[in-house]
Amino acid sequence: MSRNTKINLLLLLVVAALAVLPLALGLGDHKEEPFTGADGEAETAITEIEPDYEPWFSPLYEPPSGEIESALFSLQAALGAGVLAYYFGLHRGRRQGEQRALERVTEEAAAGAAEESKADRV
Amino acid sequence: MHIAEGFLPPAHAVAWGVASAPFVVHGVRSLTREVREHPESTLLLGASGAFTFVLSALKLPSVTGSCSHPTGTGLGAILFRPPIMAVLGTITLLFQALLLAHGGLTTLGANVFSMAIVGPWAGYAIYKLLRRYDVPLMVAVFFGAFVADLSTYCVTSVQLALAFPDPGSGFVGALGKFGSIFAITQIPLAVSEGLLTVLVMRLLVQSSKGELTRLGVLLAKKQSRSETEAVAR
Repeated sequence: MSRNTKINLLLLLVVAALAVLPLALGLGDHKEEPFTGADGEAETAITEIEPDYEPWFSPLYEPPSGEIESALFSLQAALGAGVLAYYFGLHRGRRQGEQRALERVTEEAAAGAAEESKADRV
Repeated sequence: MHIAEGFLPPAHAVAWGVASAPFVVHGVRSLTREVREHPESTLLLGASGAFTFVLSALKLPSVTGSCSHPTGTGLGAILFRPPIMAVLGTITLLFQALLLAHGGLTTLGANVFSMAIVGPWAGYAIYKLLRRYDVPLMVAVFFGAFVADLSTYCVTSVQLALAFPDPGSGFVGALGKFGSIFAITQIPLAVSEGLLTVLVMRLLVQSSKGELTRLGVLLAKKQSRSETEAVAR
């Protein structure tokens, strides 16, 4: 494994650790509902500050269940990941293609030179 | 985590919408100009938008015992300057408001202001500042993305504190309250976003050197070589 790949993997590992540590250390244990969304907590805080506040508009479409919502969130992530993977795959392929074309040209040049020298000897 | 639908009083919702609109319009103009003048950057523009899509779909646990998600706006701001991100960020927010009931249409203006305008500009400013003092590229990218992420949620806290000042302690008290919900939760996530942005930038340096040089992320020939060496190391 090249040093480059190692550094990239290390970066991913640190990100994963940052996500897992709060769970592993039980940092949500002091809450009634651990690891809820910060936006929901903000809604609670708003109703604490202004108990009379009523949201005056509701979403046009609301996913009917938590499962549908997480499906749509995964769809969002999958769309993004797909485009990113396409980008990097395309560029990797292009680079490899260029490299192969370059190799072929140098090989042909070398073969041509060898033939020429053979012809010289004869 | 954006401000939920209907959770900003109408006057605030309209005011933030009015404040955001010119930035988005200007962003659309910069985006069309970029695509017209450099059609070859369309793919990288797509990748920047895709990065925002992935990162803002990742709800991650944080030290405060609650969850939030990164924004992914730093990368595009560094590559294409912040106006472009005003558009890409707005598209992401619209997708979430319409399909996921996350954020909202009435709070779109406020959420665009924090995530698609202030975040990218703050991150870009830090990145540029660090680069001016010859800080290594990847370090500047990390702090650019970190600041873009964290500043977004600081703005969200300010927006909510302005709309809902605490009856006892006023704006400052409410800012403390919303800040501890949004901004503190966001700190480890902003670190994650910084690291992921560095990862993508490293891959870009390997795969798209020419593009990065044209965009001014990698500078003149000589410097770009020393930078790739730094990455290879």
